[in-house]
Amino acid sequence: MKKSISYIILSVCGLLMVIPFIWMLTTSVKSQLEVNKGNVGFLPIEHYSTYEEDGKVYRITSVKIEGDSTFIHVFDENMNRIRSYEKVASSRIINKKKFKLHFENYKEAFTKVPFKRYFINTVFVSFSVVLGVLITGSLAAYAFATMRFKGRDFIFYLFISMMMVPQPVYLIPSYVLLNHLGWIDTYNALIIPWIANIFTIFLLRQQFKTIPSELFDAARIDGCGRFRTLWTLVLPLSKSVIVTSAIFGFIGSWNSFMWPLIMTDSPSIRVLQVGLSYFSQEASAQTSLLMAASTFSILPLVILFLFAQKQIIASFASSGLKG
Amino acid sequence: MIRLIVIIFVLIISGFVTQKMSVKKGYSKGYLWGLLLGIIGIVIVAIRPFKLNKELITKKKKFDFGPYLYILPAAIIIIVFRLVPIILSFIVSFYDWTITGPGKFIGFENYITMFHDGEFWQSMLNTFYLVIFVVPISLVLSLVFANFLNGIEKLKSLFRSIYFIPTVTSMVAISIVWKIIFNQQTGLANFFLTNIGFAPMGWLAESRGVIDLFLSSMGFNFSGFIQSFSHGIGINYNTLYLLMGGPSLALFCIIIVTIWKGLGYNTIIYLAGLQNIPKVYYEAADIDGAGKIRQFFKITWHMISPTTFYVLMMTTIVTFQVFSQIYLMTGPPIGGPLGTTKVIVYFLFDKGFGESNNLSYASAIALVLFGIILTLTLFQKRLEKKVHY
Repeated sequence: MKKSISYIILSVCGLLMVIPFIWMLTTSVKSQLEVNKGNVGFLPIEHYSTYEEDGKVYRITSVKIEGDSTFIHVFDENMNRIRSYEKVASSRIINKKKFKLHFENYKEAFTKVPFKRYFINTVFVSFSVVLGVLITGSLAAYAFATMRFKGRDFIFYLFISMMMVPQPVYLIPSYVLLNHLGWIDTYNALIIPWIANIFTIFLLRQQFKTIPSELFDAARIDGCGRFRTLWTLVLPLSKSVIVTSAIFGFIGSWNSFMWPLIMTDSPSIRVLQVGLSYFSQEASAQTSLLMAASTFSILPLVILFLFAQKQIIASFASSGLKG
Repeated sequence: MIRLIVIIFVLIISGFVTQKMSVKKGYSKGYLWGLLLGIIGIVIVAIRPFKLNKELITKKKKFDFGPYLYILPAAIIIIVFRLVPIILSFIVSFYDWTITGPGKFIGFENYITMFHDGEFWQSMLNTFYLVIFVVPISLVLSLVFANFLNGIEKLKSLFRSIYFIPTVTSMVAISIVWKIIFNQQTGLANFFLTNIGFAPMGWLAESRGVIDLFLSSMGFNFSGFIQSFSHGIGINYNTLYLLMGGPSLALFCIIIVTIWKGLGYNTIIYLAGLQNIPKVYYEAADIDGAGKIRQFFKITWHMISPTTFYVLMMTTIVTFQVFSQIYLMTGPPIGGPLGTTKVIVYFLFDKGFGESNNLSYASAIALVLFGIILTLTLFQKRLEKKVHY
């Protein structure tokens, strides 16, 4: 009894959570005409009117109704208007419904905006950032976790305290800085500032600290240098945390918006989120195209999520446990 | 502690050198000098060479550069692109910088302008409304969902994934979808309202406050009341309306989207917290005959409090920095109907990168935001210490 209440509440709220996504999908395959008419329900059904003349069925749109008769536009099979403002009896008009998916919306969105270019840019930037974050992060975390040196704790806590500073604070000076370096509107501005991540260093350090010191002693006795110990002993033992860091890095980089919006301008290095944002301003009335573009831009992450949902959810959950 | 003060001192000096040099010798050179000075300062203070020398003499050990090489790549990036900009933002806020370059030292003028800027106060109020609605509602909903999820076995991972999808999807795409949902003519929200027999609403185009809308629908003349009230106590009508009318319906739409987006993350965090509570407590409570609701308030609520503090802190920090949904759903150029969705980060973005391009003013705003977040965080930490079990 208690369980069934849980299931009912979870289902209803779960439906509310996914409704925007479902609606996005269904609207993305509707014709714009239908959306503009206000038929914005969930099913991609087209409503249209026909009338018969000399045994032939014509598609029409009604313009004005006067008493029993209606003024109509008449179309041929290719939807070219062949007659305008023709007056016919209302009873001859038949309203019909048809289920039709307009996949050409996706194609049209792609031809209007170079989304392919944006997609490649985003993939390139995201992968570079993840790679950089993992390299710098594991090197630094290795030193912080296993080596003793002057100023270690001080440097570490200096880094950690910077994690708290909100992005808007360093956004403006970063712009000034990148501007002087001549990096505005280049890949450098999107990648280099992000190839070291304090949170990743923190996560990896916590993991490296759990490796028993006997293993390090054994490696040293066997003549294993510092770097070889990292490569052959520490990293293989920390696979899950490395995957976690990579996932965080990838999602963060893929979804980042304010930074690339400010730091880049030209379409050739524009990333997907910024491209989508510009498209939403240009094509604000073309609902179904916008939905197609939105669907396309979240698809990679949703697919990644469906394949690795256990790992991703565990990663996010672990971020909340204090180290 | 002394070292920290010395470091901050060194950084401020290096920042000023950067500023002075960049005026004299061009940016890249000046920046290089400042950076060099900063790094040298940090290294000197961090490794304390004087003490080190004594050790070197007594122990006859070679100084080991290895560890520093390992942290070097990360340190360079973090110092250049995080630490230096943070220091720089303090300096910039006291100057008159625009996108074309540095101007003159103007002291606290940016801050003084800010405190006399009506737009600033409106955006503070909007941010305040956003936080005050999003944080508690998100907290309660996610705790409820987590409790339900914790109680079931079948389909648990399916529900978890469904709640979590908004967290991994991009704010940009989601904002576009919600913007169209709230569209007056072709949106799902009005389609739904008219189908169940209500009048369509203005949603993102509606500047009237939700309290006003609610009371007006009950037949109460809210604006008339505010009008006479403002005459009575001598406060500007608009100010009083913004304070008493609550967040505008447009801002309320943003609140809904923000809650919806963050709910999955908070639920997952709570779920992890719930799973860490030992089952023994509940078994003991069962034997003593305590009902489920009583168990929740007597056991779960107390045991979960560290998680609650974490969720509270994270949600507050994130909500103070909301930008993308405002930019995409209600701006540009103005930030919502009559500026009623202009939050603090949108305001500083507008000042820094909009028409006026006043980077110094934007920096000053960002630092005020930082101050607020820091104060709240420290306050919550103190509170947490007091009630920690």
